[in-house]
Amino acid sequence: MTNLLQVHELRKSYGAHTAVDGISFSIPAGQCFGLLGPNGAGKTTTIEMIEGIVNPSSGVITYRGKPRDETFKREIGIQFQSTALMDYLTVDEVLALFAGLYPQPQPIDALVAQCQLGEFLTRDAAKLSGGQRQRLLLALALINDPELVFLDEPTTGLDPQSRHNFWELVGTIKAQGKTIVLTTHYMDEAQHLCDQLVIMDRGKIIAQGTPDALLNQHFDEVFVCLQAGALNSDLATRFQAERVRDQWQLASNDVQQTLADLMAADVCLTSLQIRPPTLDDLFLKLTGHSLRE
Amino acid sequence: MKRLLTLFIARNKEYYRDRSSLVWSFIMPPLIIGLVALAFSAGGQPMFKVGLIDTAPERFFDPDLVQSIAIDDTKYGQLRVAHHQLDMLVAPPNYWINPNSQKGKVLEALLTQPLTRNEVAGRAVRYVDWVVPGILGMNLMFSGLWGIGYVIVRYRKNGVLKRLQATPTRPLEFLGAQLISRMVIMLLVSSIVYLACDAFLDFMMLGSYVDLLIVAIVGNLSMLALGLVVAARITSEEFANGLLNFISFPLLMVSEVWFSLDGAPNWLIQVSNFSPLTHMVKAARAIMVDGANLWQVSDHIVALLVMSAVLLACSAKLFRWQP
Repeated sequence: MTNLLQVHELRKSYGAHTAVDGISFSIPAGQCFGLLGPNGAGKTTTIEMIEGIVNPSSGVITYRGKPRDETFKREIGIQFQSTALMDYLTVDEVLALFAGLYPQPQPIDALVAQCQLGEFLTRDAAKLSGGQRQRLLLALALINDPELVFLDEPTTGLDPQSRHNFWELVGTIKAQGKTIVLTTHYMDEAQHLCDQLVIMDRGKIIAQGTPDALLNQHFDEVFVCLQAGALNSDLATRFQAERVRDQWQLASNDVQQTLADLMAADVCLTSLQIRPPTLDDLFLKLTGHSLRE
Repeated sequence: MKRLLTLFIARNKEYYRDRSSLVWSFIMPPLIIGLVALAFSAGGQPMFKVGLIDTAPERFFDPDLVQSIAIDDTKYGQLRVAHHQLDMLVAPPNYWINPNSQKGKVLEALLTQPLTRNEVAGRAVRYVDWVVPGILGMNLMFSGLWGIGYVIVRYRKNGVLKRLQATPTRPLEFLGAQLISRMVIMLLVSSIVYLACDAFLDFMMLGSYVDLLIVAIVGNLSMLALGLVVAARITSEEFANGLLNFISFPLLMVSEVWFSLDGAPNWLIQVSNFSPLTHMVKAARAIMVDGANLWQVSDHIVALLVMSAVLLACSAKLFRWQP
């Protein structure tokens, strides 16, 4: 598979603080590539260095095998984590403004249909709801029909329904064969959307691969979960249960045996849940702290 | 060019839809001019004003009766007598009065030594005639500094500049669009304000409207360029506001907007020559009150163009999309 973009030994320091610490990865063409990590992991700094918004302290970034040049900005689309638009402009005027900044913009009608903006084209862009605003920002990122789309935490702050709507939109972009670079701290988002992942913590990459490969590589077991009151401390120690928020988690290679042992110990199983490992579990295993911390 | 035009249109829409700013732009200058006209229409100052060339006042008058003003240039002094801005000009062995000035005739009677009488005729320049060019210049200054400086800092702070940086837009295209947009807006607003004030106050306009327009364009350009320098890197609106105040108030004080610097210390007059507002106001006043043509105010226009070029070069060098 051809790599569209390559990053080698990328580093960014602000005084004594190192935000990104010598990371390297390749982004294959036509895939959704995710940077997963908690807040402060260095995801946004990394993506903004690739976009050309922030200058790296050191390292090499190549696009189609060459250093990025003037054409790079014409071939990428960006949705920032937070952004503002000019005041007092309606949605269609904002789209026209950004279309005017590119030599060959997409037809606006098609973009409006794709991002479901038709209902509020004449509305003041500052008066959109969170989900509508994110769809407008996505439309702006797509206005030049980019080869490479950067989405920086695009669903942060959205309600579950808006998040799922947005995921569907990202799915349609993927289906068009575009390459997507997505940062997120939602493991379900990364698992749902990303073909390739790097997991970052404190400016470094701690794991890299496809979501399934990463989970298979680090876990043989599934998790048996019980509500907090189901085990006392003696039983928790005996079953090597781990307390995660309001649950006990037991890692198990043999679910039937584990259940038999729990029943033999007269543990109440009414709150029982059995689930496969997630990227959040992987992050916890690799760093000792949760993605949400 | 397409990008510049697109940004120009967007900025114009943003400005015209911000109703509070728009209304303020139209209301503020006529309000100030009206108040000034009202305040100074009820009688002049009691003291006689005498221009003196190479002489001391006590030689010819009781010094308690006159305010003496040192004048370097006889023609300039005569012009001020013609406009009733001086009651008499004395350059021994001659003196000049305006035959239509009652004060001049009184002063003649108060002369303590014989001098040769000369007359210069001309219409009286009221304070409102004198101050209108200053207020129009002041309006252009505030609009230039805040309209471009403050707006760009706001864009930088809330992320608009970052979003534009992600497009192929070049800094010069963005800055050019802001500059041209503001220039067009201000010339339009100033023209309407001028016409409105003229309808009510009938102030003096002896020169050419085209010449005045050229001075307004060049003067506005220098103010916008100054605003661009202020906005080049700042991210805090509060700091930008403070800095713009720090710049604009001294400019107002030294640029003869409200009062003449005749008789002021020489160093202050020299300092005032570094203010673009000084040159804009003096050139506009010369055209409106003295009937000067473009050639006669060319020194001011050259000064404004040089300042604009230097400030624009600085702003292009200093500008950053983000801190």
